[in-house]
Parts: sequence; structure tokens; C-alpha cells
Amino acid sequence: MAWTRDQMAARAAKELQDGFYVNLGIGIPTLVANHIAPGISVQLQSENGMLGMGPFPFEGEEDADLINAGKQTITMLPTTSFFSSADSFAMIRGGHIDLSILGAMEVAANGDLANWMIPGKMVKGMGGAMDLVAGVKRVVVVMEHVAKDKTGAVQPKLIAKCSLPLTGQGVVGLVITDLGVFRPLRGESPVFEVLELADGVTLEEVRAATGTDIVVSPALAVDA
Amino acid sequence: MKKVMSSATEALAGRLKNGMTILSGGFGLCGIPETLILAIREAGVTGLTVISNNAGVDGVGLGILLETRQIRKMVSSYVGENKTFATQYLAGELELEFTPQGTLAERIRAGGAGIPAFFTRTGVGTIVADGKEIREFDGETYVMERGLRGDLAIVHAYQGDTEGNLIYRYTARNFNPMMATAADFTVVEVEHLVAAGELNPDAIHTPGIYVDRIVHVANPEKRIEQRTTRPRTAA
Repeated sequence: MAWTRDQMAARAAKELQDGFYVNLGIGIPTLVANHIAPGISVQLQSENGMLGMGPFPFEGEEDADLINAGKQTITMLPTTSFFSSADSFAMIRGGHIDLSILGAMEVAANGDLANWMIPGKMVKGMGGAMDLVAGVKRVVVVMEHVAKDKTGAVQPKLIAKCSLPLTGQGVVGLVITDLGVFRPLRGESPVFEVLELADGVTLEEVRAATGTDIVVSPALAVDA
Repeated sequence: MKKVMSSATEALAGRLKNGMTILSGGFGLCGIPETLILAIREAGVTGLTVISNNAGVDGVGLGILLETRQIRKMVSSYVGENKTFATQYLAGELELEFTPQGTLAERIRAGGAGIPAFFTRTGVGTIVADGKEIREFDGETYVMERGLRGDLAIVHAYQGDTEGNLIYRYTARNFNPMMATAADFTVVEVEHLVAAGELNPDAIHTPGIYVDRIVHVANPEKRIEQRTTRPRTAA
């Protein structure tokens, strides 16, 4: 059984360490906040100008002046601070944020990331994604292992070289998909290392769903 | 020198012209100078270049000036929430310059601080860096981005005093402080206007030197784009 969105988010939450400052993207990455382990204290950054992001408000307590980067209403915590967009991105671009977890359209084995633009389609913009992947200390991608196009044909998203316009070059440290956990090796040949498999998923399934070569991590080989 | 004006129209009087560049604060619909935007619609100036992180939504914020076709070009990082925008852009009626959000914030900050250009890692190896100077510093590759300025800045603040000192509220601060610094003329709408001396000088976010005119807009309508809540635990 492949992992559900929630299981992927739970796996991504294991990348958080006590004391981390973390930026979570929209979609599955947002769910990571629900899986932070007891005893791990992290501060969530919202790039529109807030550190210490709290949960969604109770109904009737929404405040139009208190939103996250997805424009959703949120709340404050005792640790909260507010600042301008310039200060927010100084934090991001200056390497002060420990971890960025975001979604992707394509990840290449050299660590390249594409997640903002499909040529020929209406482009909404990169928002803060290019700044995050260029500036944050470690970038973790959480996404479905493959994409399905309009005809239902399956397109691999872990590939040798990105076909879509890049968001960042050689920036991805780890990829968590519904099939497992993978590391772009960034070597001469385009290879992803398989670090973990989702429960019941086989290496053959991963190989078939991946657009380039894979190698099995020694740790995983021992387990199997 | 009197900065306080009695209406948004008066605050913008003599400062609007066709083809000008306007900087607008706000992130999504949070902290946008809605009343000043409405006054720009009434003034009817056209061919505007607007520098703003987003482009409003249909019928709200900068979406108002898109509907009236007063905007010729947007410089933004994300414009996903606006159908009018998509329609005009795909028809070739609207020009668009995408800038990464942090680069946009820094370009405006730099413009306001007299810094004509700076180097950043953001966008290196992407189409954002096409045609721009690339340089290595200490073994890292950087792209040069230019400082950005405008003719007019429109800003929304929570509190202001008669000197033009400003305090923003929560995440409604966002791009407003930078916009206030980077235009030849800055007009601010404030929810609460007090006499100079009533705000804590240590708590001022934008000093009055950046503010040319200020208008009091009591109880502005603030819209929420994505109303998200959690259930109350049953007692």
C-alpha cells in the first residue's frame, strides 16, 4: 500500500528537529504541522511576515489581518513575531530558516526542482518558492511519485533532467512520495537513492514509476 | 506642512497621471490600500504600471483597476486568484513581469534605500536570471537584480499620527513598509489617526519622513480570501 497524503506528511515531520525554524508550503506540506512529535518544539515561518504560526482560529475568531502565505486565516502563539516582507525574506535568503518543505511538479537526480510553471498554461507566478529553495538550509519535497495527465497517462516526476522551467538548481535534499523516501545523488549519472519504501511497496514498483535509475541505500538493503 | 487630508481623493489630488508607476502594499487582500485604489478608479488614470506582490481578486483590491482596464503592466510574484487578470493577460492586453517574492521585496527596499542593484542566489539557473549579470562571490553564484522605485506609493496602516508615523497590524504589514520608502510621493490610509505624540516612538514601523499625505479611513471593510477554522472541542 502506498502512503496516503497524511502518511507522507507524517514521514516529512520526522525531518523536523527540536528548535528548528521551518517554512511549510501549500498542500501536503501544510499537513506536516499536524504530525510534529511531542517534545519537538519548532517555530513555523509564514513568508508574508510571521514567525510562530498558530493553528486555524475557532469559527467567529477569524481576523483578516492574520493570515498565512496561502491566505488562510490563522492564529498567534506566545512565541509569535511579525515583520515586513523584506525582513521575512532576509530570514529566508540569509540562511536562517532550517528547513523548507514544499511540493513539486518535477525533481531531477541532480537536485533541480521545477514547481512553478508549465509553458503554454496560465502561469500564476513563483511567489516565494525561488527564494525559499535558494536560501533555506535544507529543502524537502513532498509530492505524489507520478503525475497523471488528462488522458490518464502516467508521467514520472522523479527524472534525470527537469523538462519544466526550474525553480532552483541543485537545491533538493530529500524527496518524500507516496512510494517512499528518496535522495537525489547529484552525481555524474542521474540516480536517486531509495532510502525507505512505503509499507508493501516494492523496488520494482518504484523502478517502474521513476524516470531515471535508482540505487538502494545500504541501510534499506540490510532491512530487506 | 499639513499631511492629513480629508479624503482619499484629496490625498491623491495632483499626483495621478496616465502611464505612471504605482507601488501598492498588501499581500493577497491583507493590508491593501483599498480606499486609495477606489479613488484611483474614480480618477480614471490609465496605462498604469503597478508594482504589487499580488493583483487582488475579481472586484476587490487591484482587481478593481483591472476591470476598468486602467492597468497596463503588473510587476508581481503571484497573480493566481484573479480571473480578470488571466483573461486580459491571455488576450495580450496586459503585460506581466514576474519577480520572486523575496527579490521583489528586496528590490523595493533597495530602491527606497538608494541602492541601484544587488546580488542574490534567488533565481540562479532559472528563467528569472535570463539576460541578467551573473557573478561569483566566495564560490557561490549570484544574479544581479535592480532596485525598484515608483512615482507614487499607496499604503495601508493600522495606526498613524499627524506627522505620518505609522504602525501596521499583524500580517497586514507585509509589503507596506517597503512601498512607503520607494516612491517619489507616498499616500497612506490609516484605520486610526491620532495626534503626533500619541503613538509610542519606540513602536513606529514607518517613520513619518516617508509619508507625504495621510487619510483616515475608519472601519474599512477587510475581506478574507480563505476563511479557515477548526472545530471547537465539545464541552
